Amino acid sequence: MANILQTSFLPSTSSLRRTPISGSKGKSQVLQVKAKIREIFMPALSSTMTEGKIVSWMKSEGDKLSKGESVVVVESDKADMDVESFHEGFLAAIMVEEGGVAPVGSAIALLAETEDEIAEAKAKAKSQSSSSSSSSSQKAVEEQPKQIEEAAPDVPAASSVAAAPAVLAPKTVALGSAVHPASEGGKRIVASPYAKKLAKELKVDLGTVVGTGPMGRIVAKDVEAAAVAVVGTVAASPAKPAPVAPGIELGTVVPFTTMQGAVSRNMVESLSVPTFRVGYTITTNALDALYKKIKSKGVTMTALLAKATALALAQHPVVNSCCRDGNSFTYNSSINIAVAVAIDGGLITPVLKDADKVDIYTLSRKWKELVDKARAKQLQPHEYNTGTFTLSNLGMFGVDRFDAILPPGTGAIMAVGASQPTVVASKDGRIGMKNQMQVNVTADHRVIYGADLAAFLQTLAKIVEDPKDLTF
Amino acid sequence: MHSICSQATAVPRSNFAFDSHAPALPISKPINLRFCGLRKEAFGFSGLTHSCSSRVRFTSRGHSKRISASAENNGTPPKSFDYDLIIIGAGVGGHGAALHAVEKGLKTAIIEGDVVGGTCVNRGCVPSKALLAVSGKMRELQSEHHMKALGLQVSAAGYDRQGVADHANNLASKIRSNLTNSMKALGVDILTGFGTVVGPQKVKYGKVGFPDNIVTAKDIIIATGSVPFVPKGIEVDGKTVITSDHALKLESVPDWIAIVGSGYIGLEFSDVYTALGSEVTFIEALDQLMPGFDPEIGKLAQRVLINPRKIDYHTGVFATKITPAKDGKPVTIELIDAKTKEPKDTLEVDAALIATGRAPFTNGLGLENINVETQRGFVPVDERMQVIDANGNLVPHLYCIGDANGKMMLAHAASAQGISVVEQVTGRDHVLNHLSIPAACFTHPEISMVGLTEPQAREKAEKEGFEVSVAKTSFKANTKALAENEGEGLAKLIYRPDNGEILGVHIFGLHAADLIHEASNAIALGTRIQDIKFAVHAHPTLSEVLDELFKSAKVKATASSHVPVSEPVAV
Repeated sequence: MANILQTSFLPSTSSLRRTPISGSKGKSQVLQVKAKIREIFMPALSSTMTEGKIVSWMKSEGDKLSKGESVVVVESDKADMDVESFHEGFLAAIMVEEGGVAPVGSAIALLAETEDEIAEAKAKAKSQSSSSSSSSSQKAVEEQPKQIEEAAPDVPAASSVAAAPAVLAPKTVALGSAVHPASEGGKRIVASPYAKKLAKELKVDLGTVVGTGPMGRIVAKDVEAAAVAVVGTVAASPAKPAPVAPGIELGTVVPFTTMQGAVSRNMVESLSVPTFRVGYTITTNALDALYKKIKSKGVTMTALLAKATALALAQHPVVNSCCRDGNSFTYNSSINIAVAVAIDGGLITPVLKDADKVDIYTLSRKWKELVDKARAKQLQPHEYNTGTFTLSNLGMFGVDRFDAILPPGTGAIMAVGASQPTVVASKDGRIGMKNQMQVNVTADHRVIYGADLAAFLQTLAKIVEDPKDLTF
Repeated sequence: MHSICSQATAVPRSNFAFDSHAPALPISKPINLRFCGLRKEAFGFSGLTHSCSSRVRFTSRGHSKRISASAENNGTPPKSFDYDLIIIGAGVGGHGAALHAVEKGLKTAIIEGDVVGGTCVNRGCVPSKALLAVSGKMRELQSEHHMKALGLQVSAAGYDRQGVADHANNLASKIRSNLTNSMKALGVDILTGFGTVVGPQKVKYGKVGFPDNIVTAKDIIIATGSVPFVPKGIEVDGKTVITSDHALKLESVPDWIAIVGSGYIGLEFSDVYTALGSEVTFIEALDQLMPGFDPEIGKLAQRVLINPRKIDYHTGVFATKITPAKDGKPVTIELIDAKTKEPKDTLEVDAALIATGRAPFTNGLGLENINVETQRGFVPVDERMQVIDANGNLVPHLYCIGDANGKMMLAHAASAQGISVVEQVTGRDHVLNHLSIPAACFTHPEISMVGLTEPQAREKAEKEGFEVSVAKTSFKANTKALAENEGEGLAKLIYRPDNGEILGVHIFGLHAADLIHEASNAIALGTRIQDIKFAVHAHPTLSEVLDELFKSAKVKATASSHVPVSEPVAV
């Protein structure tokens, strides 16, 4: 169940910032401060004021300040006030940007006495902000839910918007091209205003994001997906020691890590999709035999399953579709099978692109490459966030059946159990032993109906039970 | 070790006044409690992006009663008339004039070629307020933070586009029938057809394909209004490239809409569209958004209305070419740098709304029959709204009010001008003080203003040699605003500390549009700060924001006060 979480769309800026937490508690050093670099503090502008919001910086970094000159406008609980500098010098580093909130008494900027000290002050500002995040990890953790909360209300709004009728893609089953005509072959990035805003906020490079909006435009959820992916790949590795805490103190309340927060939110979001499940038992003797035969050529069971699934999907495009706005289908132009893989501190879903078209040997090589990359946290966004159908296999643990949660933004996910020798009564009245596995598909009932899944599973069973097509 | 102590001090921003030691000028008592002042207006047609560019040009009080000598050229005016007053155009301006004319006992007719109510009622202020009412509620319901702070729980808010569109349409029909009925009830004749001036005091009207009727009137008011202005190069198809006329029908809610122009219209629509889930890109030719507003208000508005919303913007650019979506291609917008004229960018969006202001609707009015030349479509008028002909002479008995004269393109300004004209033709000289006409932008929260902006006031002060002071109050300190959990906002007063004259008031905050009238009435009646500050406001109400604003102004003690009757009154 937990293995589909990778595709969660979730902003998380703080992942990078959190990384120095690892055991640096002792290091949370008190900074050495030379008298020449002074701090500008958030002043207490009224007796009731506990924190202030920076309305605007009237000076920018590097500007010269004279004594008594207004530097910044601060919004308190009562009014906007100008804050003046008590000293001459240069505004070296702004530590709280416009719109930011700082508690009374905390440093909001550094003032350097001479121009030469600006660089030094800047370095100090940097170390200070990182040390503050490590020394007060509690606070950093507290901030996260807030950020997530802020982003949350926007998502349903964006997804509930009806597209303008005039600009809707033709309603035929035409497969939309993923290349934006305006992007001039990738030279230009076409992203919606909110996507741009989010990218800036989440520090996502739009150049690496694959757009799924109209005509390949990058929309907010693409950026969110990319941001989550970055969390999965980048942040998971240095955070390694953190989750493997030696002793879990029972009875304590532990705040979510970024990843857990992401997973949590994504899971909750999945509740807005009306899903249902259809299970099927498939005999795998023929597949097992085939696997044995071509195993030596580097073919993996995962690749075989992905291939079989892709071939079945090719006959049932609706199961490969998805519903993004609650008003329309998107028939995906290619069959990209995402396969959940557990990695340290999380999981990721490398994507086998065009699994229906690529031959089994190439697919197997590709799979090996993806898994290696995933372990090395080197997957590129397009290698893990372009899946159109997800496979999750817990068979290796002996799990015989389970149920998967549909990753938001896709139409269906298939949970594959272990293939086990089973006593089966055959039609001719005999009792025999057959290897059977149970699969269970979870799908979005807005676009995929029971009969669709049933037909798809029947096709899949046929392919698996007579797997000659898998190796052509 | 932190060896540093706090290096900052604070100076309260609100309430500061530029205390000057200039000798106080001898103050004349506010003698004139009528609408006072003679103002001549000069605007471009950025009227709706706010018309405060150069509002103050004073002319001398002497009212020259020049009468056009060219009258003979156009035939002899009739001796007896069908009507005392004919108004061409039944918009808000014409309606206001008609009602006042009836009150003054004039036999009045109004000619309308389209629907009664004009732009405001049918394609402007009225339906847009319906959409904005919806957007305000959506915004509130969607703001989890806001709801939580109030202790409310609301499950996902949604809307039905057709339902919203119907609300706007129903409101327009209702107001339209109200207007029609009010005129009919008072005995105003509604003549259907397009009106044309054929000579002095003579108008013809008729529907296309029907014989024209000719009617005569002692006085004629042109009130034909305006239409959305579409710059050349922009192809409007009504579906994906639209003007406010189409947008108000809300036939679609695009995922991504570009709004060309960040004045009132653009800003209000950005509020509607973002509340309904669209993302918006503003395209503004000037270097900053909301160019018509007081800079400080504009900055705050940007912080609240633009930055946190799903809006981005391009400033300092012209949209030279906009092609509607077709054949599966999106709307394309070509941008050039406003200064260098070099191509800058191409945007591809789902829809584009052209909100670049409005152009006067004066074609076919027959102005050539009486030797009047329009200026960029606007009918030239003097400060009494009397039409000026090509030779600079006043055309007798012919007036033009509202958007068609371009002085101040606001519905209520048109109505006020109409009333002013009726006052004149019924024998009472009257000049409307445009500086007392408030304007409002109905975003959430609202923006409103009256009089001068701070830069305009400072410019005027420099020229005329007086001091200007500014006082400000925040909505954060207002009980009612806090009770509504809507503490974001600012009220700003620009005034003369020497005599307490109010030069301008700008409000950004909850119900700002309703709050401005205390200030606009004070300006219209010539009330000074030292007097109005003693007026009592109910507590707790939003109006206390203005109360506090007036009280925080520092008027010199030497300024004379209009002493109110201080005798006790038994109640």
